[in-house]
Amino acid sequence: MVAHAEHIPHRSGLAAFLSRWLLTTNHKEIGSLYLWFAFSMFFVGGALAMGIRLELFMPGIQLIEPAFYNQLVTMHGLIMVFGAVMPAFVGLANWQIPLMIGAPDMALPRLNNFSFWILPFAFGMLLSSFFMEGGAPNFGWTFYAPLSTTYGPDSTDFFIFGVHLMGISSVLGAINIMVTIFNLRTPGMKLMEMPLFVWTWLITAFLLITAIPVLAGAVTMVLTDRHFGTSFFSADGGGDPVMFQHIFWFFGHPEVYIMILPGFGIASQIIPTFARKKLFGYNSMVYATASIAILSYVVWGHHMFTTGMPLAGELFFMFCTMLIAVPTGVKVFNWVATMWRGSMTFETPMLFAIAFVILFTIGGFSGLMLAMVPADFQYHDTYFVVAHFHYVLYPGAIFGTMAAVYYWLPKWSGHMVDEWWGKLHFWTAIVFVNLTFFPMHFSGLAGMPRRIVDYSHQFQDFNLVSSFGAMGLGLTQVLFLFIVIKTIRGGEPATDKVWESAEGLEWTVPSPAPLHTFETPPPWPINETETHEGAA
Amino acid sequence: MRGLCTLLLLIVPQVVFAVDLDMRQGVTAMSQDIHWLHTVMLWVCIVIGVIVFGAMGYTIFAHRRSKHPEPANFHEHLGVEIVWTLIPVIILAVLAYPAAKMLIEIEDNSDAALTVLITGSQWKWHYQYLEHDIGFYSNMSTPREQINSCGGWFLTDTFCDLPDGDSEAGKAERDANEHYLLEVDNPLVLPSNRKVRFLTASNDVIHSWWVPDFAVKQDAIPGFINEAWTNVPETGTYRGQCTELCGKDHAFMPVVVEVRTEDEFDQWVEDQRIAKELASGQAVADREKTWTLAELVSIGEEVYLANCATCHQPNGAGQGSTYPALDGGEIAVGPMAAHIDRVMNGKAGTEMQAWAPQLSDRDIAAVITYERNAWSNQPDDNIVQPLTIFESR
Amino acid sequence: MSDQAPRYYVPHTSYWPIVGAVSLFVAAFGAATFIHESTDFIAAESQYGEWVFYIGLIMIACMMFGWFKNVVSESVRGMMSGLMDVSYRQSMAWFIVSEVFFFGAFFGALFYARLWSVPWLAGAGNNLWTHTILHPNFADTWPLFLTPDGTQTQTMGPWGLPFINTLILVTSSVTVTFSHWALKKRDRIVAGAWLALTVGLGIVFLILQVAEYIHAFDDLGLTLGSGIYGSTFFMLTGFHGAHVTMGTIMLAVMLFRIFSGHFTPENHFAFEATSWYWHFVDVVWLFLFTFVYWF
Ligand code: HEA
Ligand code: HEA
Ligand code: HEC
Ligand code: CUA
Ligand SMILES: [Cu+2]
Repeated sequence: MVAHAEHIPHRSGLAAFLSRWLLTTNHKEIGSLYLWFAFSMFFVGGALAMGIRLELFMPGIQLIEPAFYNQLVTMHGLIMVFGAVMPAFVGLANWQIPLMIGAPDMALPRLNNFSFWILPFAFGMLLSSFFMEGGAPNFGWTFYAPLSTTYGPDSTDFFIFGVHLMGISSVLGAINIMVTIFNLRTPGMKLMEMPLFVWTWLITAFLLITAIPVLAGAVTMVLTDRHFGTSFFSADGGGDPVMFQHIFWFFGHPEVYIMILPGFGIASQIIPTFARKKLFGYNSMVYATASIAILSYVVWGHHMFTTGMPLAGELFFMFCTMLIAVPTGVKVFNWVATMWRGSMTFETPMLFAIAFVILFTIGGFSGLMLAMVPADFQYHDTYFVVAHFHYVLYPGAIFGTMAAVYYWLPKWSGHMVDEWWGKLHFWTAIVFVNLTFFPMHFSGLAGMPRRIVDYSHQFQDFNLVSSFGAMGLGLTQVLFLFIVIKTIRGGEPATDKVWESAEGLEWTVPSPAPLHTFETPPPWPINETETHEGAA
Repeated sequence: MRGLCTLLLLIVPQVVFAVDLDMRQGVTAMSQDIHWLHTVMLWVCIVIGVIVFGAMGYTIFAHRRSKHPEPANFHEHLGVEIVWTLIPVIILAVLAYPAAKMLIEIEDNSDAALTVLITGSQWKWHYQYLEHDIGFYSNMSTPREQINSCGGWFLTDTFCDLPDGDSEAGKAERDANEHYLLEVDNPLVLPSNRKVRFLTASNDVIHSWWVPDFAVKQDAIPGFINEAWTNVPETGTYRGQCTELCGKDHAFMPVVVEVRTEDEFDQWVEDQRIAKELASGQAVADREKTWTLAELVSIGEEVYLANCATCHQPNGAGQGSTYPALDGGEIAVGPMAAHIDRVMNGKAGTEMQAWAPQLSDRDIAAVITYERNAWSNQPDDNIVQPLTIFESR
Repeated sequence: MSDQAPRYYVPHTSYWPIVGAVSLFVAAFGAATFIHESTDFIAAESQYGEWVFYIGLIMIACMMFGWFKNVVSESVRGMMSGLMDVSYRQSMAWFIVSEVFFFGAFFGALFYARLWSVPWLAGAGNNLWTHTILHPNFADTWPLFLTPDGTQTQTMGPWGLPFINTLILVTSSVTVTFSHWALKKRDRIVAGAWLALTVGLGIVFLILQVAEYIHAFDDLGLTLGSGIYGSTFFMLTGFHGAHVTMGTIMLAVMLFRIFSGHFTPENHFAFEATSWYWHFVDVVWLFLFTFVYWF
């Protein structure tokens, strides 16, 4: 980031700034762009969530009209999923994958820039819908027909084309990552020797390439149903509104694993480093990730148990969904076994990684409960589901990203993170994340439906706690922003290796990593004597 | 065992927190079975959690660097890996069995004694008893003033610029209303101890009919009909909500079911039949009578506030471009025929639904008359009689 | 770093991506506005969306031209290493995979309608009540010529134009391969001739497709609006047709490049990518022919 100033061609002021960031083909710069973009979208989505939580503070409508509330929920979901989590992971991939496999850059650097710059336009278009007549999309991030077809607001069309743009961006980005991994590994590095972050991203990229086009198909059908008289999702013409759900969730379930697999990879990098012990069960980690990905294609129906699916379908989706607990369990056990009899220290990245494992597992447990069809009849579309997915997404995907940022920021910026601040962030985040999302289990079990602007008295106490926690969580994230900026601007210089027993090619280059690394392929396996420890 | 689990789960947290944290147990055999399944699942997860997090906690404590400076260097063990793959498989298989069995029973919709067709529309339910010629709409009966009122301890009234928000009074009523948002004008009435079949259908978007105490949650899909059933052993009033996002007032689409003894139910059916005859007599009388403007306007105002105000607003101003203003609205002050047509038949593909099947001739005439005289509306043609409505049906 | 020639060519900066992002945005924004204006009569006062959309398309075309021109000139100047060639190949392969899944969504809709929604509406499975209460007169047929709401249509048989089109596309897949063989033998004229024939077949296919659409509209009453049969029919054949159009354009560009001497027997990835794409479009058609027209 700032440290790369010396590489800027000699132009001044705005022109230099623009030509650097608009035209760059460098994976590190594009990675930073992705990360900053994701961060700002996280704040936008978080601000919308604050609106939601303020309104739900207590019964009665205080701040937000029902119609606007639905828009908030929809945009919160869309922005967090497509604007925050996915770009954040792509940003990490951009920064780290070439560094970890010894590649000079991404395989297709120009395409990389293209993939990124589509995003701000796509989200600009999506966000502008707040100012359109009839307001923003209001049908939930899942945009079920016919609420999004016949009954959708005018801005739905902009939403559809916005999703198309994001889709193009994701698919091109994923192709790039895939090819980089397959093709640009330093000579000698076998697939089964790649760092797990790279492995999980390889599998994520595969999910993206295959799932996103299905989403594109779904929005296209919504568009033609809205404007060209087709009847995919209308029984009047022989279609079925539930068909939409099948198509959407065929994309949607792989999508939720897209949002967690790189997080698994991150935990698998960080835990061995701070346990000072090799990752336990490398091979089974890889196979488990692959099995999760494969299973993710045959479980989509678990979002639709109450749609009146035939019994055979319900049973099939229930069994397949339950099976996912097995490979995921293998991963969790492997992490614990990695820590077992290690020699652990608890710097901020490690804290976030441990919290990731624990809280994600809690989210996974509630997922498993949701998978039991009879029980899901009670849980479905209540806050129990909201609690489930925030546990896997917030302390899952978001904590994963934060752990990664704390872990690699010294490499990117050349400065160590101030541990005091990092730990403060960690502990406040832990407290507030649980305060926000744990009570949602209870309100869900008590019978509170999701996506409602107002609720009856019985849910009052839980919501009060949740809202209170959410405000705190919001403030905590401001702290994170502060820490990141502080670290970029200064701090104790980082060594090449940064962490005492970190392993991998990324730790053989100086901190901050120069703009161009590995123009000639580094030796593999790493020759310990050749790394320039301490020579920043 | 089953009892013990339930007991533990129920007692421990309740005692600790003095609040009900558990899933509702419900009253039907099915809802209790599901509650049992939920409890078992929860305990399985808790036990696994305790083992996994316990191991983690132990290693975090015992294998931190200050206590355990030299890390071991094992990183593979086929044996344990096989074990911890197989054990979850076994646990899951054991769990899958009762779940599947329960599911098969849930899906067995045969041999019902009574069939109710439940049709959702934005934002109310319609109940039709297929065996008896009974059908009626069920609307939320919580008044808007209670919902839209402000006055919380951290929100001052300056925030409350919502229409018809009447701060303190409304809030006090809301707090006093035990069934806030979960009350309707016409509840669904069912007999106890009979297998009742629910058919869910929809007129517009997807809704979902849920009564937690019966553990019945079934989506209402436009163009299709889904089935579910229940058999309620105890009389009482049971409340639930629509659980599928269905637009603006999704939060205000409660379900209330009154379960009565079989005799009381049969009596109720009989009462409904008589009421219907009376009503049809009443309808004839209404349509033969010539109403005065004042009469129609006063009935019309009630009808309007109950049915139309949620979209068009009590002051007729509508909301943005989505819900047109009726105050000075093109149709509301335009030719009468178009106005009657719009109200009776609605407009396809918009939230403006057809009111002809929902309101009586008198009410339609009244609401139209009201709209043409309310606010600043003063068209020449300002009154319509129920007879006209009857004739345009 | 080192003084050796870089292992992998990393272009420094480029204008094309940002131009591309802007063009895509202009096209998408224009398309949304256009559709909106042409179907919503309240908002129809302004009519600029259409033009914005066209401008966007032209911008995209310019961007592709400029970007590919860059790549071509780099490759001609010998900056493209073997590794890079592999990158391009893999990218194209994965791109085609993503296309497969895009079509998969629409085939999924087709199968869903045929296997489930239409039979269900007619009472199959657990849908007896759907049939008796909501659609008592609806019958399960495929192709669906009478929808639940009473829209009627004629259906398109397989053995007329569609069969001819199948033959055309299969032939064109063969001719493009012949062209490839000739190219590998450095036989430019023959390669060009086969490729020209392929382009010609592509164009004939498209003309016949248009004729078929006209026939469907005018004689059969088969439109996008004629129920799920019309929806799947036109969306699948329509997207396929769009891909054939793209493929034909790409083939035409390759023809031009053959005659400009861009390709060597070893190095002609653009040509191969185009022919992969063409084969892919062909295979999609075979599925279309089988499931949309035939069975
Ligand atoms: C990162 C995202 C993410 C992840 C990883 C998951 C993971 C899982 N999810 Fe979740 N899910 C979502 C995001 C995610 N989900 C979202 C966003 C929704 C809502 C969408 C919407 O409607 O808006 C949703 C909804 C959802 C539903 C639908 C609920 C409903 O609407 O009624 C279901 C139902 O089966 C489900 C199940 C599961 C399961 C079984 C897993 C499994 O992968 C979990 C596996 C993990 C474990 C089980 C823990 C670790 C394992 C062990 C320690 C081993 C031993 C354990 C046992 C044998 C018990 N999820
Ligand atoms: C990765 C995804 C992700 C993340 C990180 C979050 C984060 C949060 N989510 Fe969200 N959520 C979803 C994905 C996510 N969510 C999805 C997919 C849905 C379903 C949507 C649908 O139903 O269609 C949903 C729905 C959802 C609901 C249910 C709404 C409903 O059904 O009616 C609620 C309710 O409380 C909620 C709350 C929150 C809160 C409080 C946070 C917080 O963690 C946010 C914290 C972050 C910040 C606050 C930003 C940082 C700080 C500032 C912006 C400064 C300003 C601060 C203040 C004003 C205090 N979310
Ligand atoms: C669910 C929301 C909703 C409810 C409830 C509702 N309307 Fe409407 N109404 C609409 C919408 C949306 C339109 C605009 C339809 C269109 O696009 O022309 C409309 C249009 C109208 C119009 C025509 C206005 C004009 O100038 O175009 C009249 C008159 C009307 N409604 C009367 C009523 C009456 C009377 C009731 C109650 C008995 C009622 N509405 C209840 C949503 C509603
Ligand atoms: Cu009806 Cu929600
Ligand atoms: Cu899922």
